[in-house]
Amino acid sequence: MDKDAAAPLATREAARAHKARRSATDLLIDVVLVAFSCVMVLPLILLVANAFKSPAELLAWPPTLIPIQPTLENFRAVLSDTPLMRWIFNSLVFSVLSTLSILATSAITGYILAKFPSKIMTVIFAVMLATAIVPFEVYMIPLYFQVQGLGLLNSVWGLLVGYLVMSFGIFLIRQNVIQTIPDELLEAARIDGAGEWWIFLKVVLPLLRSALGALGVLAFFQSWTVFAWPMIVTTTRESYTVEIGLALFQTGYTVDLGRLSAASAVVLIPSIIFFVFLRRNFVKGIASTGLKD
Amino acid sequence: MLHRRLWLFAALAILPTLAIFAWVRLFPIVETLRLSLHKWDILSRNKPFIGLANFQELMGDRLFREALLNTSIIAFGVLIVTIPLALVLAALIHHRTGSRFGPFNESAIFVPHIVSLVPAAMAWKWIFDAQLGPLNALLGVFGIPAQAWLFDPVWSIVCIIILCSWQALGYAVLIYIVGFRSLPESVFEAAKLDGATGRQAFWHVAVPMLKPITLYVSVVTLISAFNVYAQALVLASDSQGAPGRQVRVLVLDMIENSFRNYRVGYAASEAVVLLVIVLSLTLIQFGLLREKGRR
Repeated sequence: MDKDAAAPLATREAARAHKARRSATDLLIDVVLVAFSCVMVLPLILLVANAFKSPAELLAWPPTLIPIQPTLENFRAVLSDTPLMRWIFNSLVFSVLSTLSILATSAITGYILAKFPSKIMTVIFAVMLATAIVPFEVYMIPLYFQVQGLGLLNSVWGLLVGYLVMSFGIFLIRQNVIQTIPDELLEAARIDGAGEWWIFLKVVLPLLRSALGALGVLAFFQSWTVFAWPMIVTTTRESYTVEIGLALFQTGYTVDLGRLSAASAVVLIPSIIFFVFLRRNFVKGIASTGLKD
Repeated sequence: MLHRRLWLFAALAILPTLAIFAWVRLFPIVETLRLSLHKWDILSRNKPFIGLANFQELMGDRLFREALLNTSIIAFGVLIVTIPLALVLAALIHHRTGSRFGPFNESAIFVPHIVSLVPAAMAWKWIFDAQLGPLNALLGVFGIPAQAWLFDPVWSIVCIIILCSWQALGYAVLIYIVGFRSLPESVFEAAKLDGATGRQAFWHVAVPMLKPITLYVSVVTLISAFNVYAQALVLASDSQGAPGRQVRVLVLDMIENSFRNYRVGYAASEAVVLLVIVLSLTLIQFGLLREKGRR
């Protein structure tokens, strides 16, 4: 590659210079990336910091990252002003139930679609994929009237109706079954006289554990952060999810920044901790959405 | 006999999901299409069929046209900000694989994508706030006069684009990183042997090879940005409750027409417009991918 390969000393010099330049570039890239990453999380960090500040400190410039005199006053005020705990409870119940339903339906349906191939199954799968393209917002109004007809408005059950199944989850599990579970394994179990339900529960499910883990995290955060659907389904203060509660709370006239930040922090901190622990599951689940094609 | 038993199991096991699916997905989708051709005000029993009259009215509806325009500007704005930035960031992160800061960078860029929308939007609302916001304070240091960002017709849309891009970026970066990892190492070695610099390899080797991924991420980003709603709602009113400038977006207009003006059929026709946009984007994606495959 190098023209001056004949002169070992010069080559070594050049190589060293090259290496130095390279590590300098790498250092620069690290600095840029870390700086950018800090900017990305800065709004969230400032929000959490604001939650612990007194009204006077909130106005300070530049904004302090770590409150000088941290106070819990904002949290106390928010908890007495709003049924925040109730909202969090609603969100939690809704998210857990939705996750369980999505895991159950995806696991069994994904398995059947993968291992019992036939024309009908192909058609079912195609229809599911086609509906997956349609955004929830497109059909949420008729769905609202279905929920109303059942008398489930303003309840967690009404919320749940919208998030019982997830086309992507079925797709994900189907792919996983195809990739990780050989037909021979199922045949062997059948020859041993195992029943189909037993095979699904004792052979298939354990092998899908990591895929279901990734899907579970995705499903939980999907319903934890959903907005438009609870916005129309819940209209009483007691039935709000935390997202709706916060969004409407912030339009009140007596609300100040400290309290808003405190309420937001109560919602943000657990989900960020959750994320830090389950980062791998997350990345796996989301990354697999990109491998559709 | 065994065969029959297997199929019976399959049918029984898949049936509950199919029923739920038909009930909460297929039926409402078909119902949306049907309602869009009817006039229904919630209260009255009969829903007269009025053909395409809803769509005709939409064409002349000033509020709907405003919503469609705003939503399109936001969606393409998010696309233009997110995709190039995500590509460069993913390339840099991939280049520094194994770096001490790798996990921190990936998490920090990804976290905005998963945190709850409303608290995150509130953080940005405070940043953009005319009186209390750090943005104005920061600009003031450089002698740039304070702006009421969220009240200005142009800036308020820019603010929504910034907020949505901040959220969408993590997903795009993640998918690009997966893409970079799947590129064969040999191609880059060949480029290097031919004397290509890192930057040339990026532009002339990686970017063309990542085209399907770019296409996929673009369509996903566009579609989710076309459904923007919470962001516009939260940014619209300022923290003291004074009504800010409402940036009208499609989903908001739809919900208002349905639940405030009691015009469900009309709202359904708006939903159909949204559906047509999303379907066209998806078809364009498939079309471009196939064209690429043929070559």
